[in-house]
Amino acid sequence: MTPPVLSVRNLEVEFVTRRAVLRAINGVSFDIAKGEVLGVVGESGAGKSVTGLAVIGLIDPPGRISAGEIELSGTRIDHLPAEEIRRIRGKRIGMIFQDPLTSLNPLYRIGDQIVETIRTHTNLSETAARKRAIDLLAEVGIPAPEKRIDGYPHEFSGGMRQRVVIALAICAEPELIIADEPTTALDVSVQAQIISLIKRLGRDHGTAVMLVTHDMGVIAETCDRVAVMYSGRIAEIGPVQDVVRNPLHPYAKGLMGAIPTLAGDDKRLVQIPGSMPRLSAIPPGCPFNPRCAFAFDRCRVERPEPIQQGAQSVACHLFDTAKETAA
Amino acid sequence: MSDAVVPHRSEAHAPSGRPDIGWFKRALDSDIFYSFRRSKLTMAAAAVTLLFFLLAIFASWLAVQNPFDPAQLQLINSRISPLWTADGQSPFLLGTDEQGRDVFSAILYGLRISLTVGVLGVILSGALGIALGLTAGYFGGMIDGVIMRIADVQLTFPAILIALLVNGVAKSLFGNRLDEMSMLGVLVVAIGLSFWVQYARTVRGSVMVEKNKDYVAAAQLIGLPAPKIMMRHVLPNTMGPILVIATINLALAIITEATLSFLGSGMPDTMPSLGTLIRIGNNYLFAGEWWIVAFPGLALAGLILSINLLGDWLRDALNPKLR
Amino acid sequence: MLAFTLRRMLQAIGVMLAVGIIAFAMFRFAGDPVNQIVSIDTSAAERASIRQSLGLDDPVLVQFGRYFINALQFKFGVSYQFRLPVANLLMERMPATLELAICATLFAMVFGILMGVYSALRRDTMLASLFQAVSLIGISLPTFLIGILLIYLFAVTLGWLPSFGRGEVVKLGWWTTGLLTLSGLKALIMPSITLGLFQMTLIMRLVRAEMLEVLRTDYIRFARARGLTTRAIHFGHALKNTLVPVITVAGLQFGSVIAFSIITETVFQWPGMGLLFVQAVQNVDIPIMAAYLLMVSLIFVTINLVVDILYTVVDPRLRSTVGRTA
Ligand SMILES: Nc1ncnc2c1ncn2[C@@H]1O[C@H](COP(=O)(O)OP(=O)(O)OP(=O)(O)O)[C@@H](O)[C@H]1O
Ligand code: SF4
Ligand SMILES: [Mg+2]
Repeated sequence: MTPPVLSVRNLEVEFVTRRAVLRAINGVSFDIAKGEVLGVVGESGAGKSVTGLAVIGLIDPPGRISAGEIELSGTRIDHLPAEEIRRIRGKRIGMIFQDPLTSLNPLYRIGDQIVETIRTHTNLSETAARKRAIDLLAEVGIPAPEKRIDGYPHEFSGGMRQRVVIALAICAEPELIIADEPTTALDVSVQAQIISLIKRLGRDHGTAVMLVTHDMGVIAETCDRVAVMYSGRIAEIGPVQDVVRNPLHPYAKGLMGAIPTLAGDDKRLVQIPGSMPRLSAIPPGCPFNPRCAFAFDRCRVERPEPIQQGAQSVACHLFDTAKETAA
Repeated sequence: MSDAVVPHRSEAHAPSGRPDIGWFKRALDSDIFYSFRRSKLTMAAAAVTLLFFLLAIFASWLAVQNPFDPAQLQLINSRISPLWTADGQSPFLLGTDEQGRDVFSAILYGLRISLTVGVLGVILSGALGIALGLTAGYFGGMIDGVIMRIADVQLTFPAILIALLVNGVAKSLFGNRLDEMSMLGVLVVAIGLSFWVQYARTVRGSVMVEKNKDYVAAAQLIGLPAPKIMMRHVLPNTMGPILVIATINLALAIITEATLSFLGSGMPDTMPSLGTLIRIGNNYLFAGEWWIVAFPGLALAGLILSINLLGDWLRDALNPKLR
Repeated sequence: MLAFTLRRMLQAIGVMLAVGIIAFAMFRFAGDPVNQIVSIDTSAAERASIRQSLGLDDPVLVQFGRYFINALQFKFGVSYQFRLPVANLLMERMPATLELAICATLFAMVFGILMGVYSALRRDTMLASLFQAVSLIGISLPTFLIGILLIYLFAVTLGWLPSFGRGEVVKLGWWTTGLLTLSGLKALIMPSITLGLFQMTLIMRLVRAEMLEVLRTDYIRFARARGLTTRAIHFGHALKNTLVPVITVAGLQFGSVIAFSIITETVFQWPGMGLLFVQAVQNVDIPIMAAYLLMVSLIFVTINLVVDILYTVVDPRLRSTVGRTA
């Protein structure tokens, strides 16, 4: 059996501040198979971006990966020397950030930025790389690419810039694309186009995609599986139909209740009363317990571990008890 | 300050998410109080600055002679090298100059002049800048345009050039009637006119922000004078930045005075500031009498360095948005 | 782009007009132009007739117009001290000042940028802290003290470098240069360092701050996510983005360097415009003061204008506001 493209096991990421060591990611495990799209949802601060950054090795001091393993197609990449992980970034893992307006260097032509990236990872000649850059721009849907390649970022609209960013992310045919809220900063009208572009590219090239988003509609339409994060942990993970239609974790239930029915509604996930604890004040036991309608004594002392429930995996004591009584 | 009349400050600012005493909280919370090493340096700087001020204030008690009083100077005592050198003589700790003036005493009195000009210059430029900034921000329109244009233009010219020009014009207008005290006044004015811009910009910016807030309209509605209310809000708001500017400008003002005096356009030889002492001493450098210039120079450098360190620390601690 | 340039030029002219008014006010009211011609024992009647002939009884506006037209032709009146046309005096001394200012600026830029980049990239090294300390001292030591210190070290004690003057100069038309003789070059070293040290400190601090700022931006993070080499990121992307504002500031500072040369020229008895100006202030030679103000302002304004326009050339975002549209 071929290993999954990405396999994360018990990942922990800490930020050392002068007052305390804050654990932003605490025991996160998940896989993404070839050609699969994993959606990641969760409130702001849940640790979605940090997880993505950890995978491509861009956690800067004072942050550090303090435990766990990250494997890319079977090889561990979490504590490679800086130079080796650099060679993987952009080549085997492509990254798309939230804001296309600020992701491109304003002083360089977009063509130069693409050519530079291609030539960093391949040994194409300048002209060949430029040709490839034009093809890439065409592939991501930029009209008249042979002209636009000499434009500067500010000459492109937000949606077009995000297409350029995507071209940059896929220019070395990576196995994995991490897209961190790729549409949040864009007009509603172009969001769908960008999402379907990412989905199409993933399908055409068999790329695994980790798609961080706040948009449950996008999750439902685009992803194969979805992970719900809360306070640096995965509350629930499973096939998208199951998790969306039949969420098990009380937090996931709340989230799914927040799926808008009409387009253009506020898609931010704000339905559950209260807010996520700050990293410095995560309660013992289940981090969700102060907001949970089902919380019982055990939730306040013991941390729930992931429990398999059919195709879903859920970290909640409710299901543990169910299992115990069944046994 | 009585908060009873004014709408609650925290209330007025809560919607913006940035309470106006934020800088103070940030100060208490900032890295500066965390980094002990840095604050040791700052403490030392504060101590040295304080020491300089004390030396200046108590100059007449500490000095062995009044260096401005020719009757106390004796030519037999001229050009004595510092006490610890072979030719040193008590009580001339740091040696004497050409006229038998005790260098240490001259430094104490010079320090007094330098600090007086510096502090008065900073007060004048601060008052001028705050007044102009309030005016520009409150009235807006033409008045604002004119004041800020002048500020822009002036900011491109180094203060020393402006100070020299003010100085030259004053000399031309009053001729040789300028005695020492009025020269001191001219220097204060020259410095005041050179450094007002930064205060004005900061205060103006703050007024512009406050002007559109609801409480100003509310205050006007219930018949309270808006300018007075705004002052109550703007001034505490800008205290942090103004303090930082004032500290950094104190160092600049002292440098400017010293430079003017060094260039021969500042304090006269009969009432020397540190800059004047350095100019005089510079003439003896080639003759090997280094102490006449070295000690005033060291005093000046030490004074400015410690004030700058304080200013740096204040700036980091209060972290105001300076314009 | 054209509109921008035109607007900037209008602003520049506005500034020059304002400075012109100040210069005129100094020339006319602080100084008495009659003094340019007469000696102390000229009778009151004679003075009055001279006043008449100089047009000093005309309406102020007419006088201002006349002063302005003369100034445009570089006629700034006659120096009280030297009894020579001010324009000639300034022209004669300009090369010395410009050469000094250019050398000082080059010195400041080269070392300022190197030290700034180093201390931004290697923030926690000894050398970086040393640079920080040097910069604090550079800001705290008044220019003239630095000059005196250098003179004491390298001229008085070691005897390596001359303590004053320009050394031997070579005439190239009306320009005189010290760059072509050994003694001229030696004479340039200490004044350039003295004059440039403060700017160097500023540039270093600015480069460091800018670079740290740029290194935090999204496009640098994205460049890292693309797997570019550290070298390409630091010296390609980050440096280019850092230098745009830095060069602007350094360019704008050139004007201040010229004005600050007043101090350096006095310390080193450097025969430039600054020394002339200081002597003019001491001797209340108003025509020279007014003319110096005008000249320096002209240089300032021109530099500001050039830098503004250059800036739009370097930064594509500004360039195409009118040009190409997406
Ligand atoms: N450099 C850092 N230093 C300290 N804490 C950090 C740092 N970066 C992230 N964190 C913390 O890690 C936690 C997770 O942040 P992360 O950016 O992953 O959230 P997110 O789920 O992506 O949220 P959003 O939806 O807002 O993007 C947050 O509590 C954040 O404060
Ligand atoms: S573990 Fe307890 S508190 Fe946490 S989600 Fe389950 S029921 Fe709620
Ligand atoms: Mg995020």
